[in-house]
Amino acid sequence: MRTAEILCATLILAVGMLVCYESAQYGVGWGDGGPEAGSYPLLLGIGLVASAAAIFSQTLRWWRRGQAPPPFLKPGAWKKVASVAVPAGVMIFLTQFIGIYLAAGLYFAVYMRWIGKHRWVTIAALSVFIPLAGYVVFWRWFLIPLPEGSVWAQLGL
Amino acid sequence: MEAIQSLLAGFEIFLTPHNLLMAVAGILLGAVVGVLPGLGVANGVAILIPLTFGMSPNSAIILLAAIYWGGLFGGVITSILFNIPGEPWSVATTFDGYPMAKKGQAGKALTAAFCSHFVGAVFATVMLTFFAPIVAEFSLLFGPPEMFAVMMLTFSAMVGLVGKSPAKTAASILLGLIMAAVGLDIVTGGLRFTFGTTELMGGFSFLVVVIGLFGIGEIFLTVEEGLKMDGVASGMSVRTVLETLREMPRYWRTLIRGAVIGCWMGIKPGGATPASFMSYGFAKQFSKHPEAFGTGTVEGVVAPEVAAHAAGVSAMLPMITLGIPGSPTAAVMLGGLMIWGLQPGPMLFKEHADFVWGLIASIWASNALGVLIVLALVPLFVAILRIPFSILMPSIVFLCAIGAYAVNNRIVDIWYVIVFGVVGYVFKKLDYPLAPLVLALVLGDLAETAMRQSLIMSQGSLAIFFASPIAAAVNGLAILFFLWPGVKAVRARLRPQPATPKATLQDVPAADR
Repeated sequence: MRTAEILCATLILAVGMLVCYESAQYGVGWGDGGPEAGSYPLLLGIGLVASAAAIFSQTLRWWRRGQAPPPFLKPGAWKKVASVAVPAGVMIFLTQFIGIYLAAGLYFAVYMRWIGKHRWVTIAALSVFIPLAGYVVFWRWFLIPLPEGSVWAQLGL
Repeated sequence: MEAIQSLLAGFEIFLTPHNLLMAVAGILLGAVVGVLPGLGVANGVAILIPLTFGMSPNSAIILLAAIYWGGLFGGVITSILFNIPGEPWSVATTFDGYPMAKKGQAGKALTAAFCSHFVGAVFATVMLTFFAPIVAEFSLLFGPPEMFAVMMLTFSAMVGLVGKSPAKTAASILLGLIMAAVGLDIVTGGLRFTFGTTELMGGFSFLVVVIGLFGIGEIFLTVEEGLKMDGVASGMSVRTVLETLREMPRYWRTLIRGAVIGCWMGIKPGGATPASFMSYGFAKQFSKHPEAFGTGTVEGVVAPEVAAHAAGVSAMLPMITLGIPGSPTAAVMLGGLMIWGLQPGPMLFKEHADFVWGLIASIWASNALGVLIVLALVPLFVAILRIPFSILMPSIVFLCAIGAYAVNNRIVDIWYVIVFGVVGYVFKKLDYPLAPLVLALVLGDLAETAMRQSLIMSQGSLAIFFASPIAAAVNGLAILFFLWPGVKAVRARLRPQPATPKATLQDVPAADR
């Protein structure tokens, strides 16, 4: 928890400093049309650096008091989280190429088999039905296009 | 009685078959969203906003608002029957709702909760109907310095009054404001923080951020917790419903107290969750049988629920009058308003009276419809919770991906959703509140414009923020709130007190508040 806390605060500090630096490039003084573009974000950046500093000092105070905070992750928890994040990431990656319908179908099939251990009939039915429902509701009813992938055009379909 | 006339006109807009259908569909969808622990209302509304692009603003807001009410109702079912809060504002309901369910009084607990919701809704809607036009009229006097002051008050209230760690709340707000500044600078037309990429030119869409933070982040948390769905039978019957209804007037004190707390907490940006805890705490303090709390007393269910719903409804008041949302869900709806081409703010009441009054009429009707629908359909919602997690979870991810893509038709937005999902997960674990970030992201452009316009008006003098009585008073209050954590710390050091156990917001991760 402590390490995570400090890492997170460091990241926020870095973002704050980046914002300050960038803002300075846009001009932080008084221009022809009022305050220049960088002045307001500069204030925000300074505020963010200050908050990160406050979070640091808070964490250090806990540290010195010797209170042991609970660990950031329960043992083994990262595996569970990864079991969701990785297939989802793969699905999005595939979506760029083969479209969301096929990618989602594969994603459902893999996830239901691997984590849920469902019967093949259930898996097949749902892997077809849910992407199809998405197609009908979003594209047919509400005319919202979903990503269809770039491969099909290249194959001449 | 102008308000009543306007309200009747509003009902004329609402009472078309199409809009009624929207309301019913919204309540059903919202209840499903509310029931499912991995799917929050703010996220549900964000996913569905693209569906409303082709609708008239009237129907669109009726649909989205109905999802909100449905979500408020739905969270109760999961809390009482499964001891898992379906929504953060139902956490306090698990304290007494689940024990009641285990004693075989689930039907009674559910009915009492739904009735409390209805009372909270009526109370807050009456307030909204008569108070909103007055606030709107008053806020027409607001220029940029006053608007800026009101936004400062919003942010300062979150830093000073709500969160556990003021520094983390401040960081959250500032990150939101900075994200809002990415892209085109609205005053000079230059680009900021794009680092030479085209992806960042359009800035961050708040819908994508909400779906990531609240949708995917929530899923990561749920998976880590390893959700076990062991439900108690609901045991709803017409007889239990009627018996409980007859019992309700007994709790009038708790109901009114909770509704007042809810209205107050909803108007100032605190949201439904702290309101529900506060109401629970007060009910326990003033009860004749405080020891019964936590063992399954009806009062313990009534108190948080009435406040949660009242807060949810009254969060609409600053949204429609000032253009400042009182909760993350209201923030998403406000973003929707801008997408539909309406300018939120004091002029909304004047220029789009039909929109505003149609919305207010729909709040009346949807909440009444909502009680009937959820009472009748409890078994259906319970059945949804029996769907295995390994089917539910990928479906929610699929919906989040579609929702993110539909905003701008860009695949990169789906990646953003995953990135913000990780951010949301880490922030929630480390107690950084998420709601302020979303509110700041939605309000960012308005806040910057208000500040720069004020400074242009005064030619650079900061005195303009204290020139008019309204701006001075509101800014003064904001500064007080910002300093409040410091004042508290100093007082605590001067006067060391034994810690008093309160029933207690501290049990909830800050992000939920």
